[in-house]
Amino acid sequence: MSGWKTHLGKAICLDIENVDTDQLIPARFMSTPRAEGYGSFLLHDMRSDSSGVPFSDFPINKHPNASILIGRRNFGSGSSREAAVYALVDFGIRAIVAPSFGDIFASNSVNNGLLPALVSEEDATRLFALIDDDEVDLSIDIEKRKITVGDQSIPFILSEAWAQKLINGWDDIDLTEHHRPAIAAYRARRAQTLPWVFPAEETAG
Amino acid sequence: MNTLLDKLWNAHEILTNEDGRSLLWVDRHLVHEGSHHAFAKLAARGARVAEPGLTIGVVDHYAPTRGSAATPAIARMIQTLEDNAAAYGLTCFGLKDPRQGIVHVIGPEQGLTLPGLLINCGDSHTSTHGAFGALAFGIGATEVAHVLATQTIWQTKPKSLRINVTGQLGPGVGAKDLALAWIAKLGTGGAQGHAVEYSGDAVRALSMEGRMTLCNLSIEGGARFGMIAPDETTFDYISGRPYAPSGPAFDKAVDYWQTLSSDHHAEFDRDVTLDAAEIAPIVTWGTSPEDALPVTASVPSPSDASKDDAERITATLDYMGLTPGKALTDVEIDQVFIGSCTNARIEDLRAAAAVLAGRRSKVPGLVSPGSQQIKSQAEAEGLDRIFTDAGLDWVGAGCSMCVAMNGDSVAPGKRCASTTNRNFRGRQGRGARTHLMSPAMVAAAAVTGHLTDVRPMLEGRSAA
Ligand code: SF4
Repeated sequence: MSGWKTHLGKAICLDIENVDTDQLIPARFMSTPRAEGYGSFLLHDMRSDSSGVPFSDFPINKHPNASILIGRRNFGSGSSREAAVYALVDFGIRAIVAPSFGDIFASNSVNNGLLPALVSEEDATRLFALIDDDEVDLSIDIEKRKITVGDQSIPFILSEAWAQKLINGWDDIDLTEHHRPAIAAYRARRAQTLPWVFPAEETAG
Repeated sequence: MNTLLDKLWNAHEILTNEDGRSLLWVDRHLVHEGSHHAFAKLAARGARVAEPGLTIGVVDHYAPTRGSAATPAIARMIQTLEDNAAAYGLTCFGLKDPRQGIVHVIGPEQGLTLPGLLINCGDSHTSTHGAFGALAFGIGATEVAHVLATQTIWQTKPKSLRINVTGQLGPGVGAKDLALAWIAKLGTGGAQGHAVEYSGDAVRALSMEGRMTLCNLSIEGGARFGMIAPDETTFDYISGRPYAPSGPAFDKAVDYWQTLSSDHHAEFDRDVTLDAAEIAPIVTWGTSPEDALPVTASVPSPSDASKDDAERITATLDYMGLTPGKALTDVEIDQVFIGSCTNARIEDLRAAAAVLAGRRSKVPGLVSPGSQQIKSQAEAEGLDRIFTDAGLDWVGAGCSMCVAMNGDSVAPGKRCASTTNRNFRGRQGRGARTHLMSPAMVAAAAVTGHLTDVRPMLEGRSAA
């Protein structure tokens, strides 16, 4: 995965609270291999009627080139399904801006190069007012933790750990490989001091 | 002065990175059919599973509850897990294994879940295992791949939140009501970024089953972690389970487990207190677990809310097909579901059966035990007969109608009283309307055909 520091793209609004990961991708699509692409599953049951006909005025239908989504509180709550992030990423979304995120969703996002930019309630409301149901050019700078729209700039919160991961496109497994000796030493210590933590019945059938 | 969270965290921390994250050792890693993305990532790297002995697979999300898999795609999901388990040398509780069941039910049941362990699973309700005083949290597919490859996980330490529940729960009121009560109070995002520790007399009085229900629902309040300090109730539950230590090793383990509680003067980042005596049986009316009210209340009205809330309430009531001001007990249901990792343990089935015994259900419904072992136990106790005599279907173990992946689902527009954990739009099937409540409350709704206060129905009966 390649990293990124800045992004300029079209921002749209999704004015709904508690957009849980069951909405982001309904469970029935999750047996699809990723190679087939998850973009068409994004918000599937919100963006189309029960026979699959899309609602033309639904934000992501109206603006299929959007790459930034402004959301409301508790975005991505619920299930740990990383497929919710795949649906966003495969659709072309690079950043979600919202006043709060589901914890697991936020870490899944960072693991897939998707920025969960945390803003205050007031700033989220400001963005909603600026963008409304249009699409607006917006730029994001991860290092400066800054969103710029027109002559306005809005700060966002992102931990240093997550900023580094997004910028470098790091895969944690590579990072962890460097710590093999420390992990082995920990394991040996644990096996010695608390031997019962390793299950009594090791791999059987 | 350490909290339980501090103690568990410190015991698993291998090192800290300059970015503030900790590298933690994982004692148990549970995988299910949904882990296919992670196995694909592992294969793409050509990596092996670092600790096959600490990795256990189970078929649950797509498990058929009646006969064979509903579609070829579902059968393929199950086969893929079993193939991956075989390829990497993992123990897997497949469909024919008597140990099969929902991942958060079988972990404790098999003694895989123990106090002091760090437990990961690619499922948000992994918080369930925290009921034993374990550091247990749900992870995404990239993290699952990382745990498979390294048996470790990078995490930033969460803040601590203590939910102290004083007093005692009334008759007919249980762990599910307690959980929905705090979520309604703090909101679904209320505990985001926090690990919740539950304490107080009402929590101590809960059985392990009740504690698991409570910790299970932590994620619905936004907390990735929920935990309860272990005590005699915990040790009694664990003793004699297949994967648990036995003999002198068990005694040694208990010595260690007894150290796993928050120190007397330990400081929490946040503290919340609830009075158990004030909690009534609760039902949800909306599409978020925070949309919860005592069953004695009425459907909320948008005109009583602020503008933003009013819009949300209107949209929610539209989806749910409810009118403002209607008494919740007047809401008629089409069907019931008793199951899921929240409420399908033996105690839950007993509680539902205590209400249903000698009564008929007015609506159809499904009872799916949390595991094959619970199924056998319930049958040995005759609970299955109570359910079938009432007119409900007694089916196999799995996630079933909690997530509607295996073919069991609620039809569009139908209203289901359910013991599950999520009333999200479409969770139980596209257009499905879900009301969350305890097993006893679902049983009561089945008997009357509408949402019902179970308490009068328990008179003269012993609430199991
Ligand atoms: S029963 Fe429901 S919540 Fe529990 S693991 Fe299965 S799908 Fe997830």
